[in-house]
Amino acid sequence: MPSLKDLKNRIGSVKNTRKITKAMQMVAAAKLRRAQEAAEAARPYAERMNAVVAGLAASVGGSPSAPRLLSGTGADKVHLLVVMTAERGLCGGFNSSIARLARVRANELLAQGKTVKILTVGKKGREQLKRDLSAHFVGHVDLTDVKRVGYVNAQAIARDVLARFEAGEFDVATLFYNRFQSVISQIPTAQQVIPAQFEGGATSSLYDYEPSEEAILADLLPRGVATQVFTALLENGASEQGARMSAMDNATRNAGDMINKLTIQFNRSRQAAITKELIEIISGAEAL
Amino acid sequence: MAGTLQFDLVSPERRLASVAASEVQIPGADGDLTAMEGHSPTITTLRPGILKAISAEGTKSYVVTGGFADITATGVSVLAERAVPVEEANAALFDSLLAEARDAAATAADKDTADKLVADILAMRAAAGQ
Repeated sequence: MPSLKDLKNRIGSVKNTRKITKAMQMVAAAKLRRAQEAAEAARPYAERMNAVVAGLAASVGGSPSAPRLLSGTGADKVHLLVVMTAERGLCGGFNSSIARLARVRANELLAQGKTVKILTVGKKGREQLKRDLSAHFVGHVDLTDVKRVGYVNAQAIARDVLARFEAGEFDVATLFYNRFQSVISQIPTAQQVIPAQFEGGATSSLYDYEPSEEAILADLLPRGVATQVFTALLENGASEQGARMSAMDNATRNAGDMINKLTIQFNRSRQAAITKELIEIISGAEAL
Repeated sequence: MAGTLQFDLVSPERRLASVAASEVQIPGADGDLTAMEGHSPTITTLRPGILKAISAEGTKSYVVTGGFADITATGVSVLAERAVPVEEANAALFDSLLAEARDAAATAADKDTADKLVADILAMRAAAGQ
C-alpha cells in the first residue's frame, strides 16, 4: 500500500505528463493543418504532371525507343525500397506500420531469390529495420534539420534514386509511405515509381509536341519521379501529424483516467488513516 | 480577337497564378511562343526564361525554370519546377540557379545541353535586369 505522500507525488507526475501530451496534441494539430495545406497546394501540379506524362506514356510506351525510366531495364532482379518514415517518435503506430509493410515486402522478395536494397528516409524507419535488414541498407536521407519539406528535398531524393538507376544499381524502385486518409486513419502504401506506372492515360494525339514526344517524355519522367517523391513526403508529413495528434489525444485521455483512479485511491487512504486515528483515540478513551 | 484564355501557373509547392489572360508568352525549349485564344493544342517543354502573362490587370512576368506548358484553345497551364514573380527574383536566386547549372555542366555527359542551360540562365538574368 503506497503512502499518502507517494500517491500525491504520483498524481503530480501524471498531471505533468498530461500537460505535456496535451501540448503535443495541440502542436500536432497546428502542424497538421499546415501539412494538409501544403499537400493541398501541391495537388494541382502533381495531377497535371501525372495526366500529361500518362498521356505521353500511353502514346510512346509501346515503341522500342521508349525511355528506360518507363520501359524498365527489362529485368526484375534488384529491387530498391525507399522507406519513408518520420524523424521523431511518439506518433502511435505511424512508423511501425510503414516499417512492417516494407519488411513484409522485403522478405517476400528475398524469398523469391531477388536482391533487395533499402534506402531509408527518416531515422525511425531505419532504426526499426536495422535489426534484421541492415545488410540491405544502401543509403539514408536525413531530414531532421528540415523544418518544412520543400520540393528541393524531394528533388534531392529523386536525384539520388535516379543516379542509382542510371548506374544500373536496381531494376525496380518502390516508395513506402503513409497515405493520409484522416486524423485517425493513415494507409501504409507501396508505390512503384521506376519503371513508371500510370493508371488510365488516354492517348492525347490531338496535341502538337515541341520538341518530339519522346524528348518531352524523357525530360518529364525524371521530374515525374521527383513529383511522386514530393507527394509522398507531403502525404507522409500530414499522416505523421495526424497520427501524433490522435496518439497524444489518447495519451491525454489515459492520463486523465489515471489521475481519477489515483485520486480516489488517495482519498480512500486518507479517509482510512483518519478513521484509524479516531478508533485509536476512542478505544484509548474507553480503556481508561 | 479580344478573347481571353485561362492561364494557370503552378509550381510543385503552390499555385502562383490563375487568371484570364489575353496572351501568354512562353519560353519554349525550341524557342519562344505566344499563346492566345484558339491556339492549337500544344505541349512544349520550357527552358529557363521569362514568362509573361498579359491580362486585364496588366502584364505579369515570372522567372521559370524547367517544366512544361500545356496549351489548348481555351487555356494555358504552365507547370514549372521553379517559378518566381520577376519582382521577387533577386541576385541570390540567379546565383544559386547558375551555380546549380554549372555544377551540372561540369559533370554532365551531354556537354551541349548543359552549356545551353547555363547560357539560358545568363540570358534570363540579363532579361530580368539583374
